[in-house]
Amino acid sequence: MSDFFLFKYGWEILSHTGEHLFLVGISIGIATLVGIPLGILITRQPKFSQPILGIANIMQTIPSLALFGFLISVPPPIGGIGDTPAIVALTLYSLLPIIRNTYVGINGVDPAIREVGRGMGMTDRQLLFQVEIPLAIGVILAGVRVATVIAIGVATIAAAIGAGGLGVFVFRGIAVVNNQLILAGAVPAAVMAVLADFAIGWLEYLLTPTGTRKKEK
Amino acid sequence: MPPNNAIAVEFRDVTYSLNRRPLVSNLNFTIGPGETVVLLGRSGSGKTTTMKLINSLLTPTTGEVRVEGMSTVEWNPIKLRRQIGYVIQETGLFPHFTVERNVGLVPSLEGWNSDRIRQRVFELLHLVGLDPQVFARRYPHELSGGQRQRIGVARSLAADPPILLMDEPFGALDPITRLELQGEFRRLQQDLGKTVVFVTHDIQEAFVLGSRIGLMQEGRLLLLGTKEEFLRSQLPEAQAFMQCLNRV
Ligand SMILES: Nc1ncnc2c1ncn2[C@@H]1O[C@H](COP(=O)(O)OP(=O)(O)O)[C@@H](O)[C@H]1O
Ligand SMILES: [Mg+2]
Repeated sequence: MSDFFLFKYGWEILSHTGEHLFLVGISIGIATLVGIPLGILITRQPKFSQPILGIANIMQTIPSLALFGFLISVPPPIGGIGDTPAIVALTLYSLLPIIRNTYVGINGVDPAIREVGRGMGMTDRQLLFQVEIPLAIGVILAGVRVATVIAIGVATIAAAIGAGGLGVFVFRGIAVVNNQLILAGAVPAAVMAVLADFAIGWLEYLLTPTGTRKKEK
Repeated sequence: MPPNNAIAVEFRDVTYSLNRRPLVSNLNFTIGPGETVVLLGRSGSGKTTTMKLINSLLTPTTGEVRVEGMSTVEWNPIKLRRQIGYVIQETGLFPHFTVERNVGLVPSLEGWNSDRIRQRVFELLHLVGLDPQVFARRYPHELSGGQRQRIGVARSLAADPPILLMDEPFGALDPITRLELQGEFRRLQQDLGKTVVFVTHDIQEAFVLGSRIGLMQEGRLLLLGTKEEFLRSQLPEAQAFMQCLNRV
């Protein structure tokens, strides 16, 4: 029983979970602050939508291990090893779902609604903040949710470049062929992903304006 | 010289083209203050386009539209639109706003204080025959089609604009509710004396509501005149619409 990973590595799990949360939290924070405005921008300037979505798409298709590895060779402060390159990589990874969902969500607002808003003398800003964002908020947050779940998984790779996190267990476990060690990293990461998914889903529900919530039954 | 305000809306040789295809062409007409002009035509005849040229959602390709003596391109578009109430078929209400916020939209954009907005909203709900105690807090999806259109009309009147644009406002309603709302709208119009441009493809509705009727076909205004003038018209399109009048 004392072999069971939770008992064996309890404190270590806590501290690596903290590191993991830190990496994911900062990255998703930056990706949200950058991605939502970018998504809005490309609804206003459609000529930028292809290039911006294209670049974000390419970021996501690079295998995560390769992206982390590549960043090692980039000079600091962006590259190298440690927290910063890990956050850079996770942020780049998280951008696509956030930009894309913002873009899709806002473009999905009924054109008649937008037109009647303009027709009644709303400025572009008023239309954006009072109509388009509130009506798209569910879709936008779904993007943040997907990005967060992906980032929690990808962040386990960050241990490969010395950023810590739950991946430390996984890599150590692989090196010494110890399943308990691998579980000590993988299980908390999976739990974290499930909880984040649930929490942001709940936020989505809270922020969706009452008049547009799907009927609860 | 008549003063500017003897004309509410004036089209001077207006053509609007999209990708070099004219959607409306060579429109020339004036609408006096307090008049209700109904634009009648089949769907695709250019009625909505004509309407959007008035509140500057579209800008003429050639010619000019003048509202209260000033060309729409000289108006600040935001200011112009807040002078013009706008009602469209069905989906016009914001689904995430309560009835109260929907109706109070333009006053709140205009920066009225909340007491004054609330008072105005209640006044308007009474005007369109809905009890504020019952309806103010509801969301559009909690209303019937007829109630929604009443709210749409109330919203368009909120900041007391001199001009109203109504694009098939009763088009999606069942015939009985439609008749009811037409009657109420007529009464309202007699009390308020707004300048109204009303779009419909229903000749019955045009006859009931319009002081003049403008008949549109393929982007052109074929005729603009009273019901009597319309009835005398020999134009094939006018005849075609009259065919629809008494078919029982
Ligand atoms: N955004 C648009 N793009 C292309 N064609 C349009 C657009 N809007 C309207 N049209 C065309 O313009 C013509 C007039 O449309 P509209 O003014 O909406 O007619 P109505 O309101 O009388 O039904 C139609 O042939 C329609 O297909
Ligand atoms: Mg139309």
